[in-house]
Amino acid sequence: MTKNSRNTTLYKLYELFSSMRFAIGLLTILAIASIIGTVLKQNEPYPNYAFEFGQYWFAVFEQLGLYDVYHSGWFLTILAFLVLSTTLCILRNGPGFIKDMKAYREKASDNSLAAIRHSVELPADKVDPDALRAYLRGQGWRWREHQREDGSLVLAAKKGAASKLGYFFAHIALVVICIGGLMDGNLPLKLAEMVGSVVPETRDIPQSQIPAQSRLSTANLSFRGNVTIAEGKSGDVVFLNAGNGYLVQELPFTVSLKKFYVDYYSNGMPKLFASDIVVTDKATGKVTEAQVKVNHPLIVDGVAIYQASFGDGGSPLSLKAWNLDAPQMQPVDIKGISMGSQPLRANGKDYNLEFGELRVFNIENMSGKSDDAAGKSLSQRMQDAREVKHEKQLKNIGPSISFKLRDKQGQAVEFHHYMAPIQQDGASYLVAGVRSKVSDPFQYLRLPLDDKLSLERFMRLRSAFMNPALYDEIAQRTTAKAMQGSAISPAMQQQFAGSVKWILARFAQGGFVALEQFLDEKVPQDKRQAVAQTYVKILQGAVVDVMDVADAKAGLPPASADSQHYRFLLDSLVGISALHDYQAPVLLQLQGFDQVQASGLQLTRSPGKNLVYLGSLMLVIGIILMFYVREVRLWLRCGTASVRLAMSSNRHNRDLDEDFRRRSEAIQQLVRGK
Amino acid sequence: MELAQSFVEQPLYKRLKPSDWLYAVLVLVAAGQAWRLYNPFMDGYEQAILAGSAIGLVALGWFWKSWRWFFPLSAGVALLGISLYHGQLARAQTAFWLKFLLSSQSAIMWMCTLFFLATLVYWAGLLTRSAMLSRMGSGLTWAAAVMGAAGLFVRWYESYLIGSDVGHIPVSNLYEVFILFTLITALMYLYYEARFATRQAGAFVLLVISAAVGFILWYSFDRQAHEIQPLIPALQSWWMKIHVPANFVGYGAFAMSAMLGVAELLVLKGVLKDRLPSAEVLDEMMYKAISIGFLFFTIATILGAMWAADAWGGYWSWDPKETWALIVWLNYAAWLHIRLVKGWRGEPLAWWAVIGLLVTTFAFLGVNMYLTGLHSYGGL
Ligand code: HEM
Repeated sequence: MTKNSRNTTLYKLYELFSSMRFAIGLLTILAIASIIGTVLKQNEPYPNYAFEFGQYWFAVFEQLGLYDVYHSGWFLTILAFLVLSTTLCILRNGPGFIKDMKAYREKASDNSLAAIRHSVELPADKVDPDALRAYLRGQGWRWREHQREDGSLVLAAKKGAASKLGYFFAHIALVVICIGGLMDGNLPLKLAEMVGSVVPETRDIPQSQIPAQSRLSTANLSFRGNVTIAEGKSGDVVFLNAGNGYLVQELPFTVSLKKFYVDYYSNGMPKLFASDIVVTDKATGKVTEAQVKVNHPLIVDGVAIYQASFGDGGSPLSLKAWNLDAPQMQPVDIKGISMGSQPLRANGKDYNLEFGELRVFNIENMSGKSDDAAGKSLSQRMQDAREVKHEKQLKNIGPSISFKLRDKQGQAVEFHHYMAPIQQDGASYLVAGVRSKVSDPFQYLRLPLDDKLSLERFMRLRSAFMNPALYDEIAQRTTAKAMQGSAISPAMQQQFAGSVKWILARFAQGGFVALEQFLDEKVPQDKRQAVAQTYVKILQGAVVDVMDVADAKAGLPPASADSQHYRFLLDSLVGISALHDYQAPVLLQLQGFDQVQASGLQLTRSPGKNLVYLGSLMLVIGIILMFYVREVRLWLRCGTASVRLAMSSNRHNRDLDEDFRRRSEAIQQLVRGK
Repeated sequence: MELAQSFVEQPLYKRLKPSDWLYAVLVLVAAGQAWRLYNPFMDGYEQAILAGSAIGLVALGWFWKSWRWFFPLSAGVALLGISLYHGQLARAQTAFWLKFLLSSQSAIMWMCTLFFLATLVYWAGLLTRSAMLSRMGSGLTWAAAVMGAAGLFVRWYESYLIGSDVGHIPVSNLYEVFILFTLITALMYLYYEARFATRQAGAFVLLVISAAVGFILWYSFDRQAHEIQPLIPALQSWWMKIHVPANFVGYGAFAMSAMLGVAELLVLKGVLKDRLPSAEVLDEMMYKAISIGFLFFTIATILGAMWAADAWGGYWSWDPKETWALIVWLNYAAWLHIRLVKGWRGEPLAWWAVIGLLVTTFAFLGVNMYLTGLHSYGGL
């Protein structure tokens, strides 16, 4: 290269790019960029980000591509520079290294041999080159000889040239891995999106209506997408994440899901997810049947099919709807499909009923005490620490359904109901959760079930509470009982009946909260406690009569007056009160279902995978060669009365010191001729 | 000529002593027995792993002589424990030897205790310049390693006593890998200690092990993390058996190098200078540790990628744990370049190794604590 060409900008760039400085800089930037991607959750729905950062920063971060760092233009550019830099580095160092690998440096001068750090002149009685050759051969050296003009002979030997080979392996490996990775990356897609020939779809519309500009043909070389297929259904596309939207990737085959299996350990942890699938090639009609499991994908036509997730595939449900605003009405049966939505009309108002997931198993720790150790004594903890198995009372509390009820204004309340009666201390309850904000936890209410495990009795009681026409009769009965037990004097009879009616009305209107509110507003603080107790007592007495009146009205015999039933009534009071926070005109009770599961499959085509694996293998070989093969050179310059031994290694470390000491002793012995 | 002959380097098999062969036969017989017992329950990969482990153990024993007694001894202690179970897990709380020594939890508690003791004794040896105390430190560390290895083996067996579908190799959660971490770090240190004929650095390396032991204790006493849990589907793979241990050789080596870095920095500052090995020796130990760590970490990351390809559908998903592994890897790649290509030595690289431990710790623990991803090692 001429002096001139070394000064051109191009050459300077070449020097910069192939320099270690630049490479280290790139590695650092790459590491920092990678950190950003792990701190900021990637590929979330965009509204989440907007909510988190506010509009301004949301837009800035979007521009920077921070929501998908690893596929952003600038990140890929860094990677590309790393490939370029490593390639140039190999090109720059390569020729020198190869020359070095081949060379023995047998022409080294006396001065340079003497200048080597490990170098010694050994006095010799008799210099026999053959003995030295035999020594070198025995130790596995390769060498070259050079007969100098001054009569001395130089044996230039070396070992471990493969160490340099390691440099090539490791660094070429990096280029190979990066190329493989880029092949599997979405670079072509990014480009297509930039020029506008591919436009991600952001609307939630049926797959068949998605326009061609958001579809990718089967010719697309590499993709990684997901599809959810319900049992008995099939799919022939997958959906790829693309920024704020998604793209539809056509598949060369159709995947049908025959059955999905999920299995649990006794402690409720999942044990198995598996899908029986049938893959039918569109062109040839060839059919492949297989079971895919986590860790056991199926590969068809270069496309790998993985078990990724599972869910509800839309299970037919039957429910009983209790009209809460018109409690006297009998419940009606309605049908629905989980994960689907349907209109619901209640008391003249229109709602949209949006079913969520049906979960057939809900495994809970029933032991009551939490697992955290805070409350335990030291010896208990010691005991626990000794056992690798802890008994837990785990129980499957049965199926649950979640759904939302959305009103005309679009406001939704979310519910989470269990189907099976939940036993607590010998009584059975229906458990229903409600929340109006997704971020809140569900508030669960327990509605007591009657002897037939039905809500009927509770609803009858509630209906009587809500019916002021019955209050007179109820108050009469309660008052009569109070008189009998001489809790009140005859003179107070009228006033007492009035109080009972007032309390019933107030409770029916707003539950315990309404009574409390009244106390807070109207009763002086020092009396509140006492008045509250009176109210509760009256209510607890009256509820028996409410029930009796309700039963009589329905033509049913009164329930036996045992503690079991009394507890039912007290629980009912709590339930009725809690229903005021239930925020729905109807209570939907899940009666039955026909489970249809769905399997979430991930399909990938990654032609670069084999390159990446090849590169990985080369990388490991390269690193082993670089680290664990020590390149050592050794020179013996045989003069007439002395032999100079010099040794050098590409790595200076104590190994060489030791090696040099041993060898100088050996050579010394050899040339002493004894 | 005859003299020259006497310098001929003998091929490996000629250099082996009868004890080497005895050890090899022992390992092969044990592996054969394992094969005979468990062959029907293993798939082809697992059979290959068993065969590979046998070869690897023989090679390790030939390469590192202390391994020839360490491994059979730990296995023997474990087998003794296993034989006391009579197939009933409950005996761990009733049989005397199990309860106080050999059940996995007891063995691991012994390991913890011995590591703490070793740390103290190493420090005492360092401060008083007592070679005897330092030797005791090594002895205690060896004892801790034997108990730890035996504890893990017994735990493996116990997991099958809980249920045949629960049983699995004990490298499946943070608690188990922490034990593995202390064990591997200690063994690697013991190897270099013998190799460099210096015991004083043990005081430093044992500090990081003690910290891990502290974590293990907190994790089991406060969080009951020692309970054996079955494997979720994502972890039911033979890949786990090789990916996780390979990773921990890497983590262990990096942790060790950082502690050697601390020692080197102190020496360079003149602290404990006359008690610790020279800065050059520490520097070289540190380099050796990082290079072996880098090799294993590379292999582990590649194995992880291959596993991910089977389990998650892609060899690289930029999952936080994966990404942090890359960051750790890049960090040490840069370290090695600076040292080997630029020829740096001493203080800056020692500092860098220390900071490397922070990066590594974040990859190992911080990711589980602060970030969510596909890795199912469980949060804290
Ligand atoms: C991700 C990128 C890279 C990684 C992981 C990597 C890895 C390595 C490793 C592990 C070594 C071993 C150290 C040794 O034994 O000498 C090494 C050596 C080396 N690397 Fe890199 N390298 C990378 C990029 C580069 C680049 C871009 C250059 C160009 C400037 C470069 C130049 C060298 C040189 C000159 C050596 C010394 C070879 C020798 O003397 O044997 N490396 N590399």
